[in-house]
Amino acid sequence: MRNHSGRNQPNRGDQPDQGDQPSRRDPASDEAAQASLLSQAALDDAVACAEKAFAAAVDLDALVAMRHLHLGDRAPVPLARRAIGSLPGPAKAEAGKRVNAARCAIQAAYDARNAELVAEREQRVLIEETVDVTLPTARRARGARHPLTTLADLIADTFVAMGYEVAEGPEVELEWYNFDALNLAPDHPARTMMDTFFTEAPGLVLRTHTSPAQARVMTTRKPPIYIVCPGRTYRTDELDATHTPVFHQVEGLVVDRGITMAHLKGTLDHMAKAMFGSQASTRLRPSYFPFTEPSAELDVWFPQAKGGARWIEWGGCGMVNPRVLRACGIDPEEYSGFAFGMGIERTLMFRHAATDMRDMVEGDVRFTSAFGMEV
Amino acid sequence: MRVSLSWLREHVAIDHGLTVAELEAALVRVGLEVEEIVDRSTTVTGSLVVGRVLSIELVPKVKKSIRHCTVDVGTAARADGTPSSIICGAQNFAVGDLVPVVLPGAVLPGDFAISARKTYGRMSEGMICSERELGVSDNHDGIIVLPAGCADPGTDARSLLGLDDLVVELAVTPDRGYCLSARGVARELSHSLGVPFRDPAGTVAPARGTIRPAYPVQVDDPAGCDRFAARIVRGTDPAAPSPSWMRQRLAVAGIRSISLAVDITNYIMVELGQPMHAFDLASLRGGLVVRRAVTGETMTTLDGVDRVLDPEDMVICDTGIANPLAEGTPVSLAAVMGGQTSEVRPDTTEVLFEAAHWDPVMVARTCRRHRLSSEAAKRWERGVDRELCLPALEMAVRLLTEYGGGTVDADVLDFDAPPRANQVILAADLPTRIVGVPYSAARVAEVLTSIGCQVEGEARLTVTPPSWRPDLTDPADLVEEVVRLDGYDRVPSQLPTAPPGRGLTPGQRRRRSVGRALAEAGCYEVLCYPFIGEAALDALGIPADDQRRRLVRLRNPIAETEPAMRTTLLPPLLATLRRNTGRGQRDVALFEIGRVFYPAARAEGAPPVLPVERRPSDADLALAGELVPDQPWHVAAVLAGEIEPAGWLGGGRVADWADAVEAATLVVATALPELGAAAVTVRSAAYQPWHPGRCAALSCDGVLLGHAGELHPAVCSAMDLPRRTCAMELNLDALPLPDPVTAPRVSSFPPALIDLALVVDAGTPAIAVQHAIAEGAGDLLESVRLFDVYAGEQLGAGRKSLAYKLAFRAGDRTLTAQEAVTARDAAIARATERCGAILRGA
Repeated sequence: MRNHSGRNQPNRGDQPDQGDQPSRRDPASDEAAQASLLSQAALDDAVACAEKAFAAAVDLDALVAMRHLHLGDRAPVPLARRAIGSLPGPAKAEAGKRVNAARCAIQAAYDARNAELVAEREQRVLIEETVDVTLPTARRARGARHPLTTLADLIADTFVAMGYEVAEGPEVELEWYNFDALNLAPDHPARTMMDTFFTEAPGLVLRTHTSPAQARVMTTRKPPIYIVCPGRTYRTDELDATHTPVFHQVEGLVVDRGITMAHLKGTLDHMAKAMFGSQASTRLRPSYFPFTEPSAELDVWFPQAKGGARWIEWGGCGMVNPRVLRACGIDPEEYSGFAFGMGIERTLMFRHAATDMRDMVEGDVRFTSAFGMEV
Repeated sequence: MRVSLSWLREHVAIDHGLTVAELEAALVRVGLEVEEIVDRSTTVTGSLVVGRVLSIELVPKVKKSIRHCTVDVGTAARADGTPSSIICGAQNFAVGDLVPVVLPGAVLPGDFAISARKTYGRMSEGMICSERELGVSDNHDGIIVLPAGCADPGTDARSLLGLDDLVVELAVTPDRGYCLSARGVARELSHSLGVPFRDPAGTVAPARGTIRPAYPVQVDDPAGCDRFAARIVRGTDPAAPSPSWMRQRLAVAGIRSISLAVDITNYIMVELGQPMHAFDLASLRGGLVVRRAVTGETMTTLDGVDRVLDPEDMVICDTGIANPLAEGTPVSLAAVMGGQTSEVRPDTTEVLFEAAHWDPVMVARTCRRHRLSSEAAKRWERGVDRELCLPALEMAVRLLTEYGGGTVDADVLDFDAPPRANQVILAADLPTRIVGVPYSAARVAEVLTSIGCQVEGEARLTVTPPSWRPDLTDPADLVEEVVRLDGYDRVPSQLPTAPPGRGLTPGQRRRRSVGRALAEAGCYEVLCYPFIGEAALDALGIPADDQRRRLVRLRNPIAETEPAMRTTLLPPLLATLRRNTGRGQRDVALFEIGRVFYPAARAEGAPPVLPVERRPSDADLALAGELVPDQPWHVAAVLAGEIEPAGWLGGGRVADWADAVEAATLVVATALPELGAAAVTVRSAAYQPWHPGRCAALSCDGVLLGHAGELHPAVCSAMDLPRRTCAMELNLDALPLPDPVTAPRVSSFPPALIDLALVVDAGTPAIAVQHAIAEGAGDLLESVRLFDVYAGEQLGAGRKSLAYKLAFRAGDRTLTAQEAVTARDAAIARATERCGAILRGA
């Protein structure tokens, strides 16, 4: 800290005996002595003496001591200032100027040296305070979100940015929404291929896909409809490296006037680029789903794919079957639509070169930890 | 569906230069998903050559008849053409025969490596092979004898054995039943490659139905069976083998060879797509009746299972066998599986071939009911060309007489109750409107004609799909045909413009915020399977009458021990915690945000039957909706081990009940703004699976949100969890969605800070004291914070001191000391009144 204590304190007369200190004077001196104090030579001498003393101060404490000697009440220049009063009127102004100039010079010399010494001390403190910054600093445990959650959020955000809304639906679902409304009649071979979990209560299933959320939206809202529905789905597969009975899908649905398969393709291209980078592209292959007609399998191609750039089967899609629109109360003569769906686990596998589905379901913190807060 | 390329080539003119990749692309382009294309030439590696048997000598002093042969294999084994010496157990060949020989260094299917070795005292320098050994078919009755003069010794034998072929395995979608046949796949390849197709069902004009039936058959239910055709072959040789080309093709298709007559029906099923049945005519005692089964009727199917029939099942019955229940006794579960009594037997000389057309829905239900599927049923469910019955019979009787001899009866049965012709009206511009590619009306008509449709009209097309495409019923189906044949790759990429959206809902944003907050507080998110069983609830000590015992149960769970949906997130979450500790993780903090499931209030009865041809009424949808279980979103966290890790900075801190409560209050604070969070109250509770003295119940405006604290020690030991594991679970849906916050006015005047220690009974909840202070202190109180809890001798037994830091501040002035002291005294007075608090040191 800077030491200002000397400024207003009386000189206690116990200054260390130093060679450069001005000679002591009797306070009851005569006029001649006062006149000599005011002589230019004496003032110059006092300034030179102070400058030399300040420069010689090795640290801030020594500098404070010198400040008492050269700027304190009993120092030559303040004494000279007091002597001015006894001068005749015309001489006062001239002497005052000279004394003031001397005082300013001494003060400036002090300030300069003080600044130097403060800077030196601060530099030294910084060096003394050095620590080993490579020591581990983890005071708080870190957590992480599950990559399937953050990936689902990322997909939802991609579509929300285009004006879509995020729809939801129950996981234990009425068969009508899960199957019948989607043109999967009770005896349809595709319905038995779905490996469905049934509840003991009749008419309910664990939803086999996120598509029932489509039907729920379409039965309750008028077009235009632009929604995505990420969520949990269930099929009676045994858990292995590529199957899990509980998994996640994301469903997209657009119903509007004049919607075509070209719009479907454009939307999938956009999504592929959002997921797999700007070079990604998509390919449609003819396929069959009861709820879409025409239907297509969706392949995605991207350069970073594990094992090299190639086409990978990503999901299913198509133009909403007019039978589905009718079952949901939408006039297929007026509106058309597209729908698509893909597995989020599968997307994570491709996007992050994950090879075993079990890592995603077992909840081992080492897997989740790698992903942090975003995928 | 498995078929070989050479088989397909019989029906479609595939260019011989076509590569495997091109073949695959051609199949995929028209919607046939390729599972695999196998090059059969690689099923046997190394030398597989034609050999001529030069000499045969029985190996003496061996029980089995083992033969030592010398075989001319040209220069395949030795440059100088010296014959090979080969030991062989088969007897079905003679000197001079041409046989397939694998030479040392070759590897047969099943990784069977051939080497020269000494056996029965002689050198064997290779092997003469059977069809099964070469992977050609499953026939192992002797070795293969090649046609005389077919090739010179030493030449590669693969082309003679059908091993120079490709086998294509396809995943056929349920709408394309006709592609479960060589005929169908070949037709699609002709579309894809633009090459001519020759219909195998159209090569020979079949005999038409005759006035006199081949056999007396009465069809009682034309809705279930709208066509039933039959013909008879008499005097056929029951021992005649199936030709090797047929056996090979059946092997490719994955069907076992049984007998000539049965092989023929199976071959025609794969060739044309028409499932057939061959009856042993001698086993039939009377005429046949095709009818629905009656209640109580039973029959034994070919697989030896006795089946109780359902009145919806269709059966073919023998009227010659009396049945007290109905006319005739079932001899075949129609379309699905034959019966044991009428099957072709090893001595069958008179064969009745049947080719019928069955209702797909009937077949599907019968299969499901009897948990039975067959190659035939798979085709019926997906739709079979009803015009195939007569061509299939024609092909069957020709094949049987050609390879087994005998004569064909002139009479042909053809019961035919044709349904109304399937016509689809298609607006010619619909494909353009749906696909977004400009197709002219002429192009639409051209594509539809090419797949066999009859097309009439111009702007409004009347389309009659071909008999093999029963799946084409709607205009949308025809749209798909247009884009499929014109090419999916011609569909451009174009983004639609959505109307402005409203972003995520407050509930969706809240779930994200809560997840993020818990993760930032040190917890790892997991996504557990939501299945539980009674044992898990027992382990948690949940009482019998608890609502968490009311389960949504599954009829077909993955594990019998977990047959229901979770009513609390904790069982799977704690199991995941244990998995982590079991893998050596000492400090584990996990959370999950997910649904739990409670049976609906009205959980009895089936939902109303809802229509699909129009939207169900609101009333019916609401009625059905009442059956859907309640599925609120919950959040739960479990903590074990250190929540603040030990290190050089300090000794670490083990998670305790307070961390669980903090996690719960963190959720509340994240979900609700400050004022809303203040409405949440915490009280102590006794609630399983928590420690009865260390469990906090959180509620908001009187609605219970959930619990937090340390788990009951008995739960930790029952579930093998680390001691003092802590947990919290809240119902996120019970937290109200807040109104927008009214912004506070921030005072720029200085606060008056006063500390206060109050002595109360040890049992007094700190929150009650704090509420009393806040209430008594009035509006000037800015904040109150408990900073110390003390109990000691100077206070006396059963007493504790709670020390608070109070901050007072006014919005419009600097408070005087007197104002602050007055407010503090009011706070003390209220605490005294409410909680019997005494100012410490007073």
